[in-house]
Parts: sequence; structure tokens; C-alpha cells
Amino acid sequence: MSEHILSSKLYVAIWATLMVLTVITASVAFIDLGPFNTVVALVIATFKALLVVLFFMHVKYASEKLTKMVIISAIFWLLILLGLSLSDYAVRVTGHV
Amino acid sequence: MEQQRNASSLGMWIFLGTEIMFFGGMFLAYLVYRMWYYNEFAAGSRSIDVVLGTVNTAVLICSSLTVALAVRAAQMGKRRLLVTLLSLTLLFGLAFLGIKGKEWYDKFEEHHVPGPSFSAQDIIEKYPQIPIEPAPTQIYFSLYFAMTGLHALHMIIGVGIFSYITFHAWKGRYTPEYHTPVEISGLYWHFVDIVWIYLFPLLYLIDRKPLK
Amino acid sequence: MATVAVTAEREHYLNTDYGIRSWLLTTDHKRIALLYLIVITLFFFVGGFFALLIRLELLTPAGDLVQPDTYNKLFTMHGQVMVFFFLIPSIPAVLGNFLIPMMVGAKDLAFPRINLLSWYLLVAAGLLMLYCIMTGGVDTGWTFYTPFSTAFSNTKVIEAGLAIFIAGFSSILTGLNFVVTIHRMRAPGLTWSRLPLFVWSMYATSIIQLLGTPVLAITLLLVVFERAFNLGIFDPTRGGDPLLFQHLFWFYSHPAVYIMILPSMGVISEIIPCFTRKRIFGYGAVAMSSIAIAVFGFLVWAHHMFVAGISLYSAMIFSILSYLVAVPSAIKVFNWTATMYKGSIRFSTPMLYALGFIGLFTMGGLTGLFLAALGIDVHVTDTYFVIAHFHYIMVGGAVMGYLGGLHYWWPKISGRLYPEWLGKFAALTVFLGFNLTFFPQFILGYLGMPRRYWQYPPEFQVLNVLSTAGSTILAVGYVLPMIYFLWSMRYGKIADANPWGAAGLEWKTASPPPVTNFEETPEVTWEAYNYDQIPAPEEVPVG
Repeated sequence: MSEHILSSKLYVAIWATLMVLTVITASVAFIDLGPFNTVVALVIATFKALLVVLFFMHVKYASEKLTKMVIISAIFWLLILLGLSLSDYAVRVTGHV
Repeated sequence: MEQQRNASSLGMWIFLGTEIMFFGGMFLAYLVYRMWYYNEFAAGSRSIDVVLGTVNTAVLICSSLTVALAVRAAQMGKRRLLVTLLSLTLLFGLAFLGIKGKEWYDKFEEHHVPGPSFSAQDIIEKYPQIPIEPAPTQIYFSLYFAMTGLHALHMIIGVGIFSYITFHAWKGRYTPEYHTPVEISGLYWHFVDIVWIYLFPLLYLIDRKPLK
Repeated sequence: MATVAVTAEREHYLNTDYGIRSWLLTTDHKRIALLYLIVITLFFFVGGFFALLIRLELLTPAGDLVQPDTYNKLFTMHGQVMVFFFLIPSIPAVLGNFLIPMMVGAKDLAFPRINLLSWYLLVAAGLLMLYCIMTGGVDTGWTFYTPFSTAFSNTKVIEAGLAIFIAGFSSILTGLNFVVTIHRMRAPGLTWSRLPLFVWSMYATSIIQLLGTPVLAITLLLVVFERAFNLGIFDPTRGGDPLLFQHLFWFYSHPAVYIMILPSMGVISEIIPCFTRKRIFGYGAVAMSSIAIAVFGFLVWAHHMFVAGISLYSAMIFSILSYLVAVPSAIKVFNWTATMYKGSIRFSTPMLYALGFIGLFTMGGLTGLFLAALGIDVHVTDTYFVIAHFHYIMVGGAVMGYLGGLHYWWPKISGRLYPEWLGKFAALTVFLGFNLTFFPQFILGYLGMPRRYWQYPPEFQVLNVLSTAGSTILAVGYVLPMIYFLWSMRYGKIADANPWGAAGLEWKTASPPPVTNFEETPEVTWEAYNYDQIPAPEEVPVG
């Protein structure tokens, strides 16, 4: 965490962006994009999360590489859990899907 | 002091990493069952209130703004501003919990709470275009309550932490040289916000296309 | 350094303050380590008691000692207590807590109060577990498989699940403390490549604790919710998938076995160089292999599910990955062996445990490869072959490493020497008792005796009798150190700062250490394991 003090204007701008993105997410859900509804929703959610992490949580200005390592590792490990489990679920014949 | 602040911050980030894995287990369950029971998840998702969900998302984003500004106020030594912003954060947090409570109450009234009183009949009748079975619909609601419940528990803990921080801020404990507790509590709060940022589309917006 | 009369007057962490409050409210990592020692020893006895009852029942083919339901409870609680309340905390909470700050040249861990909180969490969890045991126990197997645990068992599943959930938090906080300490509190000059390998092992262990335990936590919580609120997430009759539970459970529980073995490996990496008077062979390889085990260990969990109904495609992937994870462990064994080559070996008690570890861990590890092969696993899974395999690693490996470490660092912890002849005798007793207990089980498994059965066909009796006989010898071997360690605290010969002539910062301060570990913060200008610069002690220390 750096002692870099960000301007309140920047925070408000990020906040406004997040609010707009929220409205967009909710609205787009009512439009039929087929399978892309989910993709769009998750992409926007990820972008919002990035804004919170980079600016509200100061990671963009953090001098510590370790902080970024911790975040990336945790996300990577979550992907291991989801991905390797899918290697079973994607192929297993269950009669459900 | 600098080393302690550095260490505390690293400690909180590592703790948030463990929280990602904690919620992650439920995301796996969600992923699997959404694959298996897409229709039931779609219908169940339609039956929860998207307006309240969107409002709650906005409430949390506002609270993240006030938290970020509060940390900034602490960095600049502005005690009264700090206390104001922390109090606003608390208010937003309580508002979120209140709205969530209303949503849960509605689910209780509609018999969508998993258990002996669960009934998906009203959903089946409301969406004849989506063929669904009751048992998998209950799985959707089990995950809904588990995920939003655990998230709400983290919010309650956050409100508790911020009550403590606000009290001490009011007593003048935090200075530009020492405001580590404000910073790391802020990190926790932002994380809880991020979890909701994902829960919102995953639970509320599975399928809102207009039905024929 | 300290000799007879001086220790009695010199202030150190044990005599600096008296009274129960000075212990229960301490933030000194050394005292907390001893608090942990007491708690986990207690649970070792509880778990061991269940083991003895199991072996007693299995003396005869008929089920004549306990009811079948009771037998289910015995093996369940033996497993849960031993894994979650003894093995997982053991080396990290006792030796890790005591040594890591000293090994990095710090006064304490990064978060001393969180360290104390960790201990209280384990105590709370332990009390809940004891309550569960005393009010009827739990019979689901330590693996809590659904839907039996969620829908059919009528035992204290919720209490046991919550107890382990709380113990998991203790584990997570310990890991957190260690990672931050190792990153942020190393003494000047102590670069990563100068760290003792024990610290590398503990770092790797902590990563596993941090990334894996939360998944166990949420899994157990979901089981508790399902039972309490009648949910159906894991109930196949209501659309749930029992295998989902198993994926979530084993995602933690496989890396958990690396939580249990990595610290022991770290201990061995300290003992072997000291009693061979040589630098460890391949420091970099051993350090990196610890990290490799931690990472690869997360990629193999479904090898516990080969016959549970996962897709064959997925089973093949996990089988290949399971072969890969053996490689870093093998690298360690090769490096320890290479260290001993042309070394000046001294067979003190810690070295006996270390040598036992290498042999028994190798056997356990190799039999793991048998199990990783799909074709063999189909026949020996859920038999005594598996039981022998994991006991060779957890008991022949982890527990021997723990005992070796306790003996090695006992002079530092207590300021006393234990009686060396008794130490050697106990080590040999443990080794013999262990092999007699568990080797017959490999054969039993190969011959087809299933696990978790309270009765068996008469042709298996001879091997079972051998196994039970071994278990009584093993029990003696475990009780002996408890007795002579306690005895040594009062009557043992006083130890000086470095009785073994060992390398490492912890040996540069008095035994027992002062409260702040070092009089002055050390500055490190030498490489690890600089045994070429440290003279061997003239005489073997005997208590």
C-alpha cells in the first residue's frame, strides 16, 4: 500500500463508471443475446472488480509486487478448482445435461 | 511502524486470498448445477427481485466510494471528514442488509426457502415456457440462500469492524502517520463489494430475456 | 555459553513470568508453541486410544468387541482426531511457531496476538470435538461422504463438522502468520537462498494451508447447512451430486497430506546435514521441490475418486498428474542420500528418526505410485493397502519427522538434554513397532481385505494379529519420549547453546532462548549449512 494520495475526483469518476456499468449489466440482461448474455455480464463484472481492485484498493499504485502476486495466485487457484473439476463434469455422462 | 503497516497490509491481502477460495467452493457448486439445471436456474433467477438486486449493487458501490474517500481523509488527517465518511459507509452497509432482509422475507412468503415448506409450484405456473422440476429448483434456492447468506454474514462482520473503526476515528486515534486499521478494514470492505459484484449477475440475471 | 549454575539465574522465556495468566495470555511464540504441544499431545492420546480399540477388535475375525456402528465411529474419530487435531497442527504449530522467528532472526512472528488466537481456536475446536465424541461420536468416516453424512447418519455430524471448521481457521491463521513473517521479518543479510530448508518447507506448507483450507471450510459448512436445513445439494434423489462433495472435499484433503509431510521433510533437511557434518546436497533443488510439492499437490485430488464414478478421461488426467507429484519428493530423497555420502555420520537419536523417515517415507511414496496407476487402484482401493500406504507416510514419515524434530530441538526448547540411550531405544521401538503394525496391512490389502470393516474372513487373522501386536509395541515407543522429556525438564543434564554443533541462527542464542530470542538482531553473512566452518562437538551429548 503506497502513501500516494489519490484525488477525490478520481474516486468519484470510478464510482460513476461503476454505477453506469451496473445499470448496463442489468439492462442488457433483458435483451436476447443468446449465450452471450452470460459472457457480457461476467466481462462487465470482471471489469468492475478490476476498477475496485486497482483504484479503490490502490493496487495500481502499490509498489509491492507481492500484493499483486497474492491476488493473482488466489485467482489462479480458484481457476484450478473450477477448471480441473470441469474436466470431470464436462465429460461425465450423467443424464442431466 | 512502517514495517508493521506493510506486514498488516500483506496479511489482509493474504486473508482476502483465502476468502476467494472460501467463496470459490460455492462458485463450483453453482457452476456445476447451473450446467445441469439451466432451466431451473433461469426460472428461479426470474423469481427474485432484479430491482432490489440492482439497487443493492448500487448501494455497495456507493459504500466503496465512501470507504475509499475515508481512507483518503485519514491519510490527510481530516478527522471530521473521516468520521462522516465512515458513518456513511455504515449507513450504506446497513441499508444493504435491510434490503437483503426484505428480499429474504419475500422468499419466505413465497415458499421459496429450501426445506419442508418449499414449493416451486408458483414458478412452474408462472413460466410455462420454461420446463422445470421442483427438486432442482430447490437446489437453485439452496445456493441462493447459501451464497447471499454467507455474503451477508461477511457484511455484518464488516459493519461490526467499521463500527469499531468509526468509534476510534471519532476519538481521534487515526493520524496521517497511523491509520493502518482504516486501510485494511477498507480492503476487507471492498472485497465484500467485489463478491457481490459477481453474485448479482450470477444469481439475478441468469435469464431475463422476454418470454414468448 | 551457559553452564550449570548460570542457567538457573539467567532470565529466559520459561522463567520470565509465572502463573497461569502469563501463559494463557502470552504472545511469545515460544510459549504458544508449548501450549500447542500440550494440546496436540492430548489429542494424540485420544486418537491413539481409538486406534488401539480398532486393533483390538481386529484381533479376531468375528465382530466381538464392539457393535458395527460403534466400529464405524472408532475409525471415523481416529481419523478426524489424528488428522485435524494432531497431524495438521503438529510440526507447524509446535516447531514452526517456536523456530521460525529464530531461524529468520526476528523477535517474534509478524502477528503475535493472532498467533495466540490460533491456539484458542484450536482449543475451542478441540472442546467441541470432545463434546461430539462424548455424546455419541460420528460414524461417517473421516471423509464425511454424502449423502450418508447429510441425510442418513444419525450421529453428531454437525458438531464434528463445525469443530473441524473452527480448527481450519486456526490452521489458516498460522499459515498467514508464517508467510508474512518469512517475507517481511528476515534479519539483514538473510536472503532467501540463505534460509534454512525448514523455513522453505514451512513456507510451502503455509501456502497450502492458505489456499486449501478455505475450501474445506465451505464444504463442511455446506454439509452442516444441508443437514440442518434439509437442503439437498448433495442428495442424488433430489438432483444433487454426491461427487460434487467429493471434489470439494478432496481439493483440500489431498493437499492436506502435503501439509502433514512437508514440515517433516523440512525437519529431515535440518537433521541430516547436522549429523553428517556436511552441507545439504542440492540446496536449490530441495528448496524448489518444496514449492513444487505445494503447487502440484493441488492438481491431483481426484485420484481419491477413481472408482467413485468420475469420467475416465478425467481419471486419466489425474493419474498422470499424480505420477508427476512424486518427482519432487523423490528429488528430496535423492538429495538427502547424496548428503550422507562420504559424510561423517553420527547416529544420535534425531538421526535415527531421520533415517527411519527416509526409508519409511520412500516405501509409502512408492506405494502411492501403485495407487496412482488406474489398473492397480481398481483392485486395491478401499482395502488395507491404502491404509498401509498412508500410514507409512503419515506415521512412518510425518510422525517420525515430528519426533526427530522434537528430539533435535529439545535442548533449545527446554535447556535440557534427554537421556540419549532412552532416546535411541524409543526410536528403535517406534521403528520396529511401526513396521510390524503396518507392513502386514500391505499384504492384507493385496489379498483383498477391505478397509472400514469390523469383521473379516478367518484367513486374514494371522496378519491382523501381527498388526495388533505391532501396535502395542508402537504405543510403548510413543509413550517413552513423553515420559523422559518430562523427566528431563527437571532432572536432565543442562544443555548449552549448541549441543549438536549445528548450523542455523537458532543455535546462536542461549538454550532456552531469552524472551526476545536474540540479545541483538543478528546480521547474516554466511550461507546456510556452513558445516565446513562449524566444528563438530567433541563428545556426543548424552542426557
